Amino acid sequence: MQQPPTPEERYEAEAQVISGQVRPARRAYTFLFTFPTLMALWVVLSGRFDAFHLSLGVISCALVSFFSGDLLFPHAPHPRLTLRLWWRFPLYVPWLLYQIFLANLHLLYLTFHPRMPELIDPHMVRFRSKLKSEMALLAFANSITLTPGTITVRVSPDGDFVVHAIDRFSGEALPGEMEQRLARTFGED
Amino acid sequence: MNLAVSIILGVGLVFFLGGAVGILRFPDFYSRLHPAGKMDTLGSFLMLGALALYHLHPFTLDNVLVAIKIALIVVFYFLASPTATHAIVDAGIRAGQAAWQKPGRGAGS
Amino acid sequence: MDKVFLYTGLILCLIMVLSLYRAVLGPSVLDRLIGVNAVGSKTTVLLVLVGLLFHRVDMFVDIALAYALLNFVAVLAASRYFQKRGGLGR
Repeated sequence: MQQPPTPEERYEAEAQVISGQVRPARRAYTFLFTFPTLMALWVVLSGRFDAFHLSLGVISCALVSFFSGDLLFPHAPHPRLTLRLWWRFPLYVPWLLYQIFLANLHLLYLTFHPRMPELIDPHMVRFRSKLKSEMALLAFANSITLTPGTITVRVSPDGDFVVHAIDRFSGEALPGEMEQRLARTFGED
Repeated sequence: MNLAVSIILGVGLVFFLGGAVGILRFPDFYSRLHPAGKMDTLGSFLMLGALALYHLHPFTLDNVLVAIKIALIVVFYFLASPTATHAIVDAGIRAGQAAWQKPGRGAGS
Repeated sequence: MDKVFLYTGLILCLIMVLSLYRAVLGPSVLDRLIGVNAVGSKTTVLLVLVGLLFHRVDMFVDIALAYALLNFVAVLAASRYFQKRGGLGR
């Protein structure tokens, strides 16, 4: 099992990107990941499969992924971790949708309740997450924002969260099950 | 099939209506963001999903491509909406917007 | 089925008017931003609906996609701008 990149590795990769001195090997590596992604997007958006349009797509996708391939994947993805993500993440999404639906119903109830100001109780929640990689933190922050009743206000790179919750009920549910599921998804348990 | 699409469209409309009423009713800027950012996401997910489902009906390549494009909008929304919400909340905190407190609660917490 | 789409679009327009209230009269700039964001997300759905009504979804879905991107970028840029300016008009 390959480990996610350490902060030092990440910092080095970022410094390379900023100074523009990306090693050729890494550039080829990111090219390999960026080009198929962009090409798939091209095919879906253009919707034409004749040789002329496809060759236009190949040329423009190659140019874009040559010049700015390191923007889409700033840290060279670890192959095994990425594979694990590809079949774990679709398992996480239906659960997230179900949670979004449940919590939206709660918010709908709050919205149409005639005595709403007595029910809500906006407050800030602070907690520390055990997730480490940036992608996991991003996914966790976005999931918190999507589950109604809670909005991520601030995230620090080492996992300090400030969350705005609309009532006691949604504030108490954090970090809870969602964090465990994400830790399993990103291979950090 | 048409009935299912109509029902999902109706549910999506209810969520959109909830979002709009929530924006009007909630007392302060931070709590207004809750219905704005999220009920809209779920509403557009339901409605766009229903429209994509409806458009799949003559199952041809062109229709499938259009449905994939609609799905792409949904995926983009699920990425963009939390980011936009977070940007607005961050701007509010930095600009020093006052938060509404429940009457009878101290300034703490 | 066209009738269902037509009435859905009309109700959506009414809901947009509700959100527009916050966009026009919101007490602070950021409240207006919330209203604009809400109107934008409804417009995306409305564009696809209009496409279905005109039987030209293949064209309108591209416009909807571009509009969603534009709305997102506009909200991000506006929120960045107003946080730098600090004092918000009440």
